[in-house]
Parts: sequence; C-alpha cells; structure tokens
Amino acid sequence: MSGSVTAEDIEKQVFALALPSKISDILREELLQVMPDAGQLDEILASVADAYADACIEPCDPVGVVAAQSIGEPGTQMTMRTFHYAGVAEINVTLGLPRLIEILDARKNPSTPVMTVYLQGVDGESRRLAQNVAWLIQKTTIVDVGEVSTDRTNLRILIDLDEGAMHERKLTMPDIVEKLEGKLKIQISESGYTLTLEPSEPNLGSLVMLSRNLRKVVLKGFEEITRVVIQKEGSEYVLYTEGTALKKVLDIEGMDPARTTSNHPGEMCEVFGIEAARISIINEIMSTLREQGLNVDSRHIMLAADMMTCDGEVKQIGRHGLSGEKASILARAAFEVTVNHLIDAGMRGDIDELSGVTENVIVGQPIRLGTGNIQLISRQVPSVSQS
Amino acid sequence: MKQLSAPKRIARIKFGLISPLEYRNMSVTRIITADTYDEDGFPIDMGLMDPKLGVIDPGLRCKTCSGRAGECPGHFGHIELVAPCIHVGFAKQIRNILRGTCRSCSRLLLEPVAKKEHLEQIGVLRGRGQPIDSVVERVFAEAVKTDVCPYCGEHQIKVIYEKPTTYYEDENKLLPSDIRDWFEHIPDEDLTIFGMDPANARPEWMIMTVLPVPPVTVRPSITLQTGQRSEDDLTHKLVDIIRINQRFQENKEAGAPQLIIEDLWELLQYHVTTFMDNSVSGIPPARHRSGRPLKTLSQRLKGKEGRFRGSLSGKRVNFSGRTVISPDPNLSINEVGVPERVARELTFTIKAVPRNIEELKEYIRRGPVNHPGANYIVRTDGHKMKVTELNREELAETIEYGWFVDRHLKDGDIVLFNRQPSLHKMSIMAHEVKVMPGKTFRLNPAVCPPYNADFDGDEMNIHVQQTEEAKAEAKILMRVQENILSPRFGGPIIGGIHDHITGMFLLTREKQIDKNSALEILRKAGVRDLPEPDHIVEGTPYWTGKQIFSRILPGGLNLEYKAEICQECDTCMKENCPTDAYVIINSGELLCGTIDEKSIGAFKGLIISKIIKEYGATDGTKFIDNVTNLAIRGIMYHGFSFGIDDEDIPDEANKQIQEISKEAIHGKDGIEDLIDQYEHRELDLLPGRTLAETLELRIMQVLGKVRDMAGDRAGIHLGIDNSAVAMAVSGARGSMLNLAQMAACVGQQAVRGERIHRGYSDRTLPHFKKGDLSADAHGFVQASYKSGLTPTEYFFHAIGGREGLVDTAVRTSQSGYLQRRMVNALQDLEAQRDGTVRDTRGIVVQTLFGEDGIDPSHGFGRDQINRIVRDVVEVDK
Repeated sequence: MSGSVTAEDIEKQVFALALPSKISDILREELLQVMPDAGQLDEILASVADAYADACIEPCDPVGVVAAQSIGEPGTQMTMRTFHYAGVAEINVTLGLPRLIEILDARKNPSTPVMTVYLQGVDGESRRLAQNVAWLIQKTTIVDVGEVSTDRTNLRILIDLDEGAMHERKLTMPDIVEKLEGKLKIQISESGYTLTLEPSEPNLGSLVMLSRNLRKVVLKGFEEITRVVIQKEGSEYVLYTEGTALKKVLDIEGMDPARTTSNHPGEMCEVFGIEAARISIINEIMSTLREQGLNVDSRHIMLAADMMTCDGEVKQIGRHGLSGEKASILARAAFEVTVNHLIDAGMRGDIDELSGVTENVIVGQPIRLGTGNIQLISRQVPSVSQS
Repeated sequence: MKQLSAPKRIARIKFGLISPLEYRNMSVTRIITADTYDEDGFPIDMGLMDPKLGVIDPGLRCKTCSGRAGECPGHFGHIELVAPCIHVGFAKQIRNILRGTCRSCSRLLLEPVAKKEHLEQIGVLRGRGQPIDSVVERVFAEAVKTDVCPYCGEHQIKVIYEKPTTYYEDENKLLPSDIRDWFEHIPDEDLTIFGMDPANARPEWMIMTVLPVPPVTVRPSITLQTGQRSEDDLTHKLVDIIRINQRFQENKEAGAPQLIIEDLWELLQYHVTTFMDNSVSGIPPARHRSGRPLKTLSQRLKGKEGRFRGSLSGKRVNFSGRTVISPDPNLSINEVGVPERVARELTFTIKAVPRNIEELKEYIRRGPVNHPGANYIVRTDGHKMKVTELNREELAETIEYGWFVDRHLKDGDIVLFNRQPSLHKMSIMAHEVKVMPGKTFRLNPAVCPPYNADFDGDEMNIHVQQTEEAKAEAKILMRVQENILSPRFGGPIIGGIHDHITGMFLLTREKQIDKNSALEILRKAGVRDLPEPDHIVEGTPYWTGKQIFSRILPGGLNLEYKAEICQECDTCMKENCPTDAYVIINSGELLCGTIDEKSIGAFKGLIISKIIKEYGATDGTKFIDNVTNLAIRGIMYHGFSFGIDDEDIPDEANKQIQEISKEAIHGKDGIEDLIDQYEHRELDLLPGRTLAETLELRIMQVLGKVRDMAGDRAGIHLGIDNSAVAMAVSGARGSMLNLAQMAACVGQQAVRGERIHRGYSDRTLPHFKKGDLSADAHGFVQASYKSGLTPTEYFFHAIGGREGLVDTAVRTSQSGYLQRRMVNALQDLEAQRDGTVRDTRGIVVQTLFGEDGIDPSHGFGRDQINRIVRDVVEVDK
C-alpha cells in the first residue's frame, strides 16, 4: 500500500485532468467517498482520462446532420393536438409538432406566449402580494369591473360598476373615469356606481363605435397580458400569464429577474440577450419533446440552438434564416426559391467556393465531411527493383 | 518517382451574366428558320434542329465536335432579336436601377460621400462572407428619394413598374431599347454599389438583344410509335419566338405603322418572357395545343422534381435492388437475406491479380446462371464482354492479370440496406449478404425499429458498393452492430420486439424446465452445458427460466433496476417484489426479476446498452442474436395465443361495469346531476372558464373516469395469465387501455380534445333531442369492442377515427418539411480535431461539442466513473 491521499490532493489532481466541469465534479465526489491511496488514485485518474477520451466525439463527425435527424425524426411520432394544459391546468399552451415548428421557425408572434413570473424574497411566499402583482399586470377592461349596457333610444351607454370587483382590483372611481375620458375623449357623468357615456355625435353609428372602443380601453395592467394564474410551488407563489410583456413586468419592483422567464425566445433575446435566448430555445424544445414522451439528447438541441443564435440574433431554421444566408449559391438554389438565387448570383458575380455538402453533391465530388475530409495523398512507394 | 494522381476537384464556380457578344461567340450557328425538319425528315440548316447544335439520334455524329450521341454535350446557337427584350428574371432589378439612376446622365443618384460610405460597408460585408442585400436595399431606398441629379441637375421622373415587364415614366412607356441605352451609360463604380459586379454583369445585359438557343440535347424530340415526331416544350417556344421575330423584321422593313410595331414588340417580349419563366404573374402562361402549360426554363429548375432537387441533389444509381421484405429470426442482425435472383443480377467488380485469378476463373466458368458466377469481364483496353452460357468456358481461359470481372454477390459481401423514408442515419445500414432461395429480402425482426419496418408489404432497397474503400468504410461505420446505440438518445435502437419480449417475459417466469427442454431452448444460442439444477423432484432435475437466461449473459455483468412490469409501489420490496419486477444481475447471473421490455426491448434495453458499453458491439450483437433466439424458443416452449375469448370477463364483472357507468350518469355528481346544476347556473366555475366550458370539462372528467374504472374492473378479472395482459404489462405490444376498450368500455370519442358537437343544429344526430347534453348524444361509447357498438356509438367512433387519420396525414407532411429544413440548416457542421464544431467555412458554432465533447451515443457520466473507481478500489481489496 502506498501513501494516503488528502482531499486537497484529489482536488488538485482532478483539476489537472482538465475535464469538463460536470465530469470532474462527479469524479471528485466519487473519489472523496472512497478516499483511495496514491497508487489507486493515479490508476483511477488515468483510466477516467482514457475513458473520457474514448467517449468523446470523433473528429470529422458530421454532428450537424445527426443533430438535425435526431430532432426531426421524433417529429414523425409527435401528435398534432395543438392545445393542452401544461404545468398549470388553466393555461393553454401549444404543444407537440406545431410548437416545435414554431420554436425552430423563430416566429415573431408565437401562438401561445406564456410568462412565468417569480417574486423576489419573502414576497413570493405571500399569496396576497402575488395577487396584487397579478392585478397589476393583468389587463383589466371595463367589462371586468362592471356591466355595460347600451341604451339605443337615448343614444348613451350605461356602465354599472361592480364595487367588489373594483375594490379587488384596486381601482377607484376617479381612476376609471379619468382613463376612459382620456382614451375616449368624451365627457362622462357619474352617479353613484353608474357611469353614463354619450357619444360625441348623437347618432347610432358613433354610439356603436364608442361601445366598441370602450371595451378596448385598458384600465389597468398590460395590454398583452390577458390572464394571470397564480400557482403555489413549494413555499412560494408563482404567476403564470397568458401573453407576454417581459420587459414591462420586470420593471415592476419585487420581480425576480433571475428566474422570471417567457416562453418566447425572441423576447428573451430582446430583454436578456442572446445567451438567454439560446437557453430559452433549448429549454422550450426539450420540454416540448419531453411532454410527448420523446427522448432526445440535449447535445443535439444545443447544437440547433447554437446554430440559430451564433450570429447574435435569433435566426430561423429555414428559408428566411439559416438556409437563406448560406454562403453557397448552389446550396441555396437546391433548398428553396431556386431561380431567384441563381439570378441574383449572376447579377452580383458571386463565387461558390464549393465547401459545403449540397454544392459538392451537385457537382458530383466527395463532400468535405467525415471520411471525405481526410486531406492525405499517398506518395507511391518506389517499387523494389526486380532484377 | 511518380506521385499517385489525386482526383481533381472543382475548386469554385463563378456566376455572372453573359454579354450579347459572348452569346454570339459561343454560338455555333445563327438560327433563322422556325422549321425543324424538311419533308425527308432531315434537319434544316440554321433551323432549330441544326445538326451543328449536337446529336440526339444514335449513330449520327455531331457536325461541330464530331462526337457521337452521348459524347457530344451539345452546342448553343443564337437568335438575333430584332428588338431588345427584357429578361423577366431581372425585372425587379431593372426597376430598381431605373429608379436609382439619373434619367439623363445614368449616374447613381447619391452624393459622392454617401456612395463611398456604402461602398465601404459592402467591402466589409463581402470580406466577412456575409450577404450584402441589406446595404443594397438601403442604397436603392435612398437613391429613389433624390429628386434632382447631383451630377447633371436633371429633374427625375418617377418610374412606374407594371408587372411583369413594362416601365412607365409618368404616362410614357419606356421601350426596352431606351432602357438599354440608359443602362449602357452607368459607370462601373456605381454598379458596385448596386451589388453588381461590372466585370461579369453589366446592367444592359439584362435586356436581351441576342437570345441563346439551347442545344438539342437539352430539348430532345421524341419519335412516337406512329413515326411522328413530338418536339420538346422549349423547341415549341423557340419556334414561337422565331416566327414573331421574322414577322417583326418584315413589318419593320416594310415600314409598318408604329402601333403594329409596338404590338409585335410586346408579343415578342411575351414569348421571350415565357421562354424564361412560364409562371410569371400578370400574364397568361403559354400553353401547349392540348391546353397544358408549357414547361420552360424556370419550370425545369424549380421544385422537387426540378433540376436542382430532382436531378442534381438526388440521382438514380446502378447496382441497386428493391423487393418486399420478410422476417427471418435465424439470421444475425448483421445479415440480410438476399434472393438468389437478386444476387445474380447485382455484381461487384474485381481486378484479376495472381492471388485471385483462379477464383475468378471459377466464377466465369460458372457463368451468369449458376449462382456464384460472373456476368461481365472487362479487358485492360476497356472492352466489355458479356459472359453467356455459350462462351463462359472459353472466356475463363482467356482472362489475364489486370482484367476486371463482375462477379455475383455472394455470402459475406457488405451491402447497404435502406428503407424510406430515410429519417435518420440508421435508415441506411450495412449488412452482410446471405444468399437465399425465395424472392424477398430477409432481415432479423430485431432490426425493424431503426428502419421502422414491418412486414405488411414493406419494400426495401439494397445497394452494392463498387470499391474496396467504400466497402471497408461501410463495414467500419455503417454496420448494423455499430449502430445499435442511437445517437439520438444514447440507448439501443435495436433490440427485442413483440414476441421477443413476451417470450423472455414468459421464460424468465418459468419455474420448472426439464433437461431436454432446457437444452432445446438454449440450442440455437450455442449453449450445450447446463449449470447445477435448481431443484430435483422425484429424481428428475429441473432448471428455472432465469438460469437458462443467465447462460447467455456475459460473465461479469452486474445490473440492478426495476423492470417494465414494476407497479411502482410506495415502498419498493426490492428482491422480494411480489410481481418479481426487481431485476438483479450479479456476475452474469439473473438472481431475481423478470426480463421484459426494459431489459431487452428496442429503445429501452438496459442490458443491451450495458453489454455494448462494457463488452463492445460484437458481444452486444451476439447477445441480441441469442436473446431473440432464446425468446422465440421460450415462447414456443410455453405456448402463446390470443383469441376473442381472451377478452371474456365474468357476467358479474360486466354487471359491475354497467353499474359504474350508470352511477356516472345518474348518480350523485353524475352527468345528469351536472347538467341539472348547469341549467340552474349552480355549477362552480373553474378558474378562467365559462359555465358551458366548465360543464364540458367536468363531463369529460367523469366519463374519463368511467372508462378507467371499467378498465380496472376488467383488469382485475384478466390476470397475468391472460395473453393480452402479458403482452401489455411486459411492454411487448398493446396497453391496458387497448384491453379495457376491447373488454369493458371504449370510452368518450373526442374531436380536437372535446366531445363531439358538430352535426345538425343544436344536436349531433337527429336521433337526439335538440340541446341534449347527455353522454350518449355527444360521443360516449359505453359498449366494448367485443360486445359491439350501437349504431350511434359506431358513428361517433368513426368520427373520432377519422380525426386520427387526418392527423397522421397532416403530420407526415409537416414533419417531413421540418426534417428537410433542419438537415439543410445544420448539414455543414462538423466536429473538428480541436473539439470545436464549425461549419465548412470555418465559423465556430460551438467551442466544445455539447459543452462536454461527449458523443451522445457513447454517454459518459456517473455510471462509468463509479465503475472505474469501484473496479480499482475493489481489485486491491
């Protein structure tokens, strides 16, 4: 038996291996558990290093194609059912294949944007405070706090305000009147909890217009957020919103910017930057696939997300993004809108360097990927003279 | 010393426009007559079929290059257009340039400072290899706003563009000849700011004065059986152009009025436009006599069957075959059964050298009919001779070193096997040939999952590679055994399916197997000796199924996990599990637990993935081969069938199920109760839902529970001895839900996640009252498949079924397109020697693949590290 080893030695020697942090953490943990002696430690470290090198991706591996297939192939097994309730029972979220397509398309307006809002510190543990935030951000219109009736004979609109609802949403009479007057540009007369609105011009047309516009006025909260659901998670309350306004919400005091997220990668990019968008894409794809019971290695999704975000903005996988900006004319022509790409290339005098896959397939020569990327030419061995 | 010649590569392709001068220089003849052939059937000189343009008829020689049909690539001719015509493809660019340049001095309408700035930006972007479109767009947008030319002071008139090829300055039409003059004066340096390359693309070349005539090889005419010639669409279009061109010429020379000239000019423009692109919006497409729109140049390139996607990115190949597949569990997963007929047709070319010449002679002697024979031999001078029954003996004697022999496919050859759709790399794998009688390709059912194949009439393709390098590469990288672990999730994609799983499930639960049976079960796995018997009854030794299974496990295998049949009890009893669901394998001995899908199934197979990771792919293959064979003999030993009476449940259970659904409908909080509450508006609202939505959700909940409870009832009466239950719990096929639907209750039929509401106004069918909200009226099927559905139930079930079909049809097209886009966007990425991931331009996308550099199909984590640590520490102890 050789000499014993201290925890420090383990730390130092594991660090010296320069493994990815996740792996060295596990290794350190395991070693500290058994506390091997010096000889054993060397042996372990040597074989771990070997095993790691063995498990590494091989040079020239076409990781892109494998990643694309690994994400695309499960698509055939996904269901189309669009809406369902994920996580929170009451919130509608697009799921399955349509959602996956939406994420990879980097749509500007996803069909069901949802925010998850966390509150900072002890605030998160109080249901009352969470409810206050909910009223603060949720869009409140006149319909939510009162009953609107149109009186066609006298050409006016009557609003019966609900005192309870107003109190709940912390809206006062003057607030409402001021907001409505400001937005609708008319005079409002109030008596008790009844508001009377008369159109600027006394005719039926403007009455109908007024009643329509009235319902659009946002009395409180953010236009985008149509609904907020409060959910208890562990000891704290979390807010789920239908519709997103990440920037506006984060401006409110007491929000936890470190955990509050939106399921819209484009918005994440705008508010938190490109790295956040990348993580957001990875998380969204992972959860979409997981919900369908499909198992895809996260490395493939990372690669797709990295490709989408590596230029500093979220780019679509498709004609208007990555595929449309390829360097090769032939590759673009072979994908979509063939003729336009050729005509533009001719006009600009572009040069196709034939470095990618499609271009080389088109001209009929080996692609520069995998075994086609070995640039080694053998010199003929001088033959041994026969006589 | 001579260097081996390296294959030449095309380094780059430069694009550009062709000038009229170049068109004339590359042309072999001017085309002036619209006629193609004279009365004797000979092509007319300076006609569209001029023999100088190339040959298509076999036997003739090209008058330009004297090549034969097939050798001669064809040569361009040209038509001199009487008046210039606009090339439609450039119509937008022409509009932009007209608006962006001065109508008098043709210079770009920007101050010199702005010009310089844009030019610099373009330079920067070009240097980075990024698209310059955004800058060019800005240039045009700015230039259009300029009213007075900063160079000559001319006042600009807005150019109006009318699709597809007309331009106006106020009311005055700009003739193509005017535009050409205008463009000729644009200075070169201004063109660069438009993103054009003046050396290769002058803007005036976008207006054609000379029309190139594609060679006849591009537009071959077909001779019909009647002897009539049928010309290609392009030829038809060219005939139109020449006719109008001639008429124009005549009218012009005759001094016809301007109106007629303009009409003819427009007609000529129309024909030139449709010659380029016959799907331009704004003009009717040119049609064939039969009314079918002509397929002109653009149409040939575009789309899935177009030149780019159809002929250049994908090609038809020789040395391939296709036929129906059928299963053969006696083959190894690495093999493929090839019918003899296919093997005689597909060949591999071998060069005769001293080492193999005797063998090759034998192949030739056997000829093309006797199986391992040869079809062709090629002499060193390239002359190819067919081996026939008559000349085979003779040819066998003539063969010399350096000749090539096309020998038949034989056992052990490596071929590629493929099933479409090829969605992932495991859709094409390399197999070893096993020549067999019959007419179908045979494969081991365990390799069905990666191909997603079944045997209901599926066909698959075979490809025979023609060089040793290609075969070696396929064998190393593409062999089935190298692809058992899927890179998608790091687990085995090849493994037991269906009966393999049922078989193992039954076998490993078998307690008493006598010596004869035990040896018979193990026979195919090549095991001839048995361990100590488990127990002896009245002098006869008996073995357990677990002992038999352990014989095919590698020696030192250790594993512990919960099997698929695990009931997920609150506290796990581990080895004392009442359902025998806790698997412990110690040193290659199955101590307890049942082997099912979780152990050997495709996609899950823990044992398979462990063996491959620890013992390698060859041992893994052997294990899969053995386990499937063992399972098949196991299921045969036990006996397994499934019939209609397997769904029989006792009357008493049926009564209970009736009771459950009655309770759900009439009982407390049952559907009638809910509807009643709804009508009295007493229903407690679910958050964020209206009253009607709440009712629907509640009803769905209640009905869902009915089916589950009915299923549970049925499940209690159908024990693990029931075949269907055995299949469902072991994960072989089907689920308890399927079984419940067959035996107890089919349940609610849903469309888009809701009950069925469509049909007549306020009701689904005329059999119901209007506004009826009851379960029956909205698609609840109370019957079981076995008992049979009522007519209304049957109808609702068909509605639900139709949705499923539509769903599948829509999904396949959508996911296919997603797949194409994904592959197209990511295909150029490659892991580099330094661990980074870059595209072929060298742009780094990831600094370390997947943040840890690990191959997903390999996996490296706590398990592996733990094993290494334990191994080292324990050996020392």
